[in-house]
Amino acid sequence: MTSHQWIRITDAANIPARQGRAVTVSGRELAIFNLGDRFVAIENSCPHRGGPLCDGIVTGTSVVCPLHGWKVDLDSGAVERPTLADCVATVPARVEDGIILLDVSALAAQQRVTAA
Amino acid sequence: MQDDVTRLVVVGNGMAGIACLEQILKHARPFSVHVFGDEPHVNYNRILLSSVLAGEKSDSAIVLNDAGWYERHGVILRRGVRIDSIDLDARTVSGSDGSATGWDKLVLATGSSAFLPPIEGLNKDGVFAFRNLDDTRALLERSRPGLPAVVIGGGLLGLEAARGLQVQGCQVTVVHLMDTLMERQLDSAGGRYLTDKMERMGIRVLLGRQTRAVLGNGHAEGLRFADGETVEAGLVVVAAGIRPNAELARRAGLKVNRGVVVNDYMETSHPDVFAVGECVEHNGVYYGLVAPLLEQGKVLAATISGNRGPRFEAVAPAATLKIMGVDVFSAGETGAEPGEADVIRYEDPSLGIYKKLVLRDSRLAGVILVGDTSDSGRYAGWLRQQTDLSAQRRQLLFPPPSQDQGFDVASIADSETVCGCMGVSKGSIIQAIHEKGVNTLAQLKETTRASTSCGSCTTMCRQILQAVAPEFEDQVRRTICKCLPFTEDRLREMLRGQQIKSVQEVLDIYGNGAGCEVCKPALSYMMDMLWCGGHDEDRSARFINDRVHANIQRDGTFSVVPRMRGGVTSPGELRRIADAADKYNVRMVKVTGSQRIDLLGVRKEDLPRIWADIGMPSGQAYTKGTRMVKTCVGTDFCRFGTQNSIQAGIELERRLENLFTPHKVKMGVVGCPRNCAEATVKDIGLVGQEGSWQVVVGGAAGKSVRKADLLVTVETTEAALEAAEIFFQYYRENANYLERTYDFVERLGIEKIRKETVYAAEPARRQLLSRLHKAKQYARDAWLEGTQPVDPTQFIQIQPLETAYR
Repeated sequence: MTSHQWIRITDAANIPARQGRAVTVSGRELAIFNLGDRFVAIENSCPHRGGPLCDGIVTGTSVVCPLHGWKVDLDSGAVERPTLADCVATVPARVEDGIILLDVSALAAQQRVTAA
Repeated sequence: MQDDVTRLVVVGNGMAGIACLEQILKHARPFSVHVFGDEPHVNYNRILLSSVLAGEKSDSAIVLNDAGWYERHGVILRRGVRIDSIDLDARTVSGSDGSATGWDKLVLATGSSAFLPPIEGLNKDGVFAFRNLDDTRALLERSRPGLPAVVIGGGLLGLEAARGLQVQGCQVTVVHLMDTLMERQLDSAGGRYLTDKMERMGIRVLLGRQTRAVLGNGHAEGLRFADGETVEAGLVVVAAGIRPNAELARRAGLKVNRGVVVNDYMETSHPDVFAVGECVEHNGVYYGLVAPLLEQGKVLAATISGNRGPRFEAVAPAATLKIMGVDVFSAGETGAEPGEADVIRYEDPSLGIYKKLVLRDSRLAGVILVGDTSDSGRYAGWLRQQTDLSAQRRQLLFPPPSQDQGFDVASIADSETVCGCMGVSKGSIIQAIHEKGVNTLAQLKETTRASTSCGSCTTMCRQILQAVAPEFEDQVRRTICKCLPFTEDRLREMLRGQQIKSVQEVLDIYGNGAGCEVCKPALSYMMDMLWCGGHDEDRSARFINDRVHANIQRDGTFSVVPRMRGGVTSPGELRRIADAADKYNVRMVKVTGSQRIDLLGVRKEDLPRIWADIGMPSGQAYTKGTRMVKTCVGTDFCRFGTQNSIQAGIELERRLENLFTPHKVKMGVVGCPRNCAEATVKDIGLVGQEGSWQVVVGGAAGKSVRKADLLVTVETTEAALEAAEIFFQYYRENANYLERTYDFVERLGIEKIRKETVYAAEPARRQLLSRLHKAKQYARDAWLEGTQPVDPTQFIQIQPLETAYR
């Protein structure tokens, strides 16, 4: 059983509406997005050629990779276009007192899975 | 006065009366005509008042018959004179100016007034109707940004007034007595879609509210409803319906119910008095929409000129809401529910499209279209002709693409009306095409007035042009993407007319709210082009290259290309570039095909510093904008040079740099026809020759290779630069996003481009230049954001406030 590990990342004002920004946590580069009503975080690497998803255009609740236009759902991490089974890791995010927090326990768990 | 001339008096100088008079004057019978109008204006298109309020059209643009028209037809117009009484025995009318005018035939076209519901305090200052040009002017004068305005009435007129006031900056609320907007034209589902559209635009809609009183001490300050609820209102518009102006006829002793009663020939109870328009009641019905009123005019013209025969028949009312981007069409019986008739529905909530067809005995009885009215012409035709649709039941909403493009056009009769608003038949359109050489929709509008009012017949007009006009070439009608169901032409028109200044607003109001990587950059470009910095620049709608002003590479790093005007540099610049390349570990330094230097492999966070170190402006190599002007060495050094290509090239680059374009614009200037800098395969090229320059456009040497077309030959360098500027701005304003000049020039044809740019009339050329110069005034070197970022993390990597502890 994994307990949550929320860590404070940055002032919510540092990520403008409908944009993403990269941050490195525990050696993993993540992309945090401001969807207007909430923040979401995923691994900052497109499953296609590793493109920086944080630099993509947000469309609804998905992001389009700036390199070759792959489209990734920000809530599930699933690739929506092209239709493949690929998926990027997602990281729970929330805002408290104007600060974005990420639950990196999930990240650690995923890491272990990857390592295994 | 001669005995054989009939004295005709028309009371009312509005659309119905004058349209009828136009018809009467076509008949041979000689009339001497007096027209009385209580407004101080000539006849104007009342339907377009909402466009005047929304700032889309000027007062003068809606004039239908100017003073010259009355003169040419020998019609005496008495403006600002109200007819107070009619003497049926003496056959005179008495005017508010004390005049008495005799008549042999009298036409009443007194129109209608705003129906004023029983509301306390309607006489307060700040309460207006919305019926005529003076009302419109008063509203324009009163409205100002932030003013809370309330429109009482959620019908066609009320909604159009609401949008107009909102465009003027007011905070608008629509209050409607019923539970459905436009309930006479829509069913409850259609009403919900419309309500949603209005609210997405930022107009508050209050349904099921009965207004009791206008609050305020002398001036309107608010409204109170029957349930006691109140709303703030500094401006109140009453648009709760119309009332026929029949009092004059009633006092004269003519038969009047709610309107002046007429028979099928438009005759009143007196043999020489006739009536037409909104003041009329026919078989218990009075009409407020333009098409049947124009039909009445035709019938009356026949009757009055001794050709009595045509009858006015009750028609299925058709209505079009004229709010740009909020497309609503309704015709016939629309309220029927499944079970009562065959009802076919289609809904797309995310795009806000709702369609409903009501069929009885396999014939169309009614139609509602919200959000997409492109098929309204086809449905109106089916409704009018009562076409048997049994064979087409599977294709009612989405017909298979017609194999024969001219089929729809060929299947309607010449006599049939195409433009219901202006009463233009298919035959008269074809006649205009043949006799007046009409080839474009604009010429057709000018010549026949078809499609100048509500616009619902535009598709049909275009189809007729396509089928009949020898030179008609329809523009490619493509929507940008599935997020926004509009063509780019239409979008530009909408953004300009509706003063929309942010990408997200366009998407919220007219699209699916989300947008995508295709439409967002396109809309961002349009905003910048139309509003030159007066817009809300939303970087989230820009591709990454335009957020950080560098070209993203396959590994997520960026390339840096400084501007090197005309490909001319200096030892100092080269030293700074070399030092920066060392300092930031640039992986490759490459001379580009554009006579510039590319530094490849720069990290995002290093961009501001490398720009500062290099100390040169952005070369815009990452964006859809002015790239470079490639030059040959020209007269200064080259022994063949005939023109100073370097100087001209540097000046051209200076005039256009920092501007954005639908797609990249590469240019070249060569000093002689040897063409060493390949100007003839550039988007814009200047080719020097002895004593003159050739300005060429639309060249390409990329995926496709195309030799540029000659735009114009001019004698001076200044004239060549100006021709290039004019073309550049024309391309900015008229090309679709991501359309290179070589596609644009082929699509429009160089002849048309010449006519509208270098050969255009002086004012049009000046206007293109002045819009370009305005944009240029605002445009700045994007790399200045290196020291003045638009947000705190534009370039900087976020560092977490704390680190994970395990």
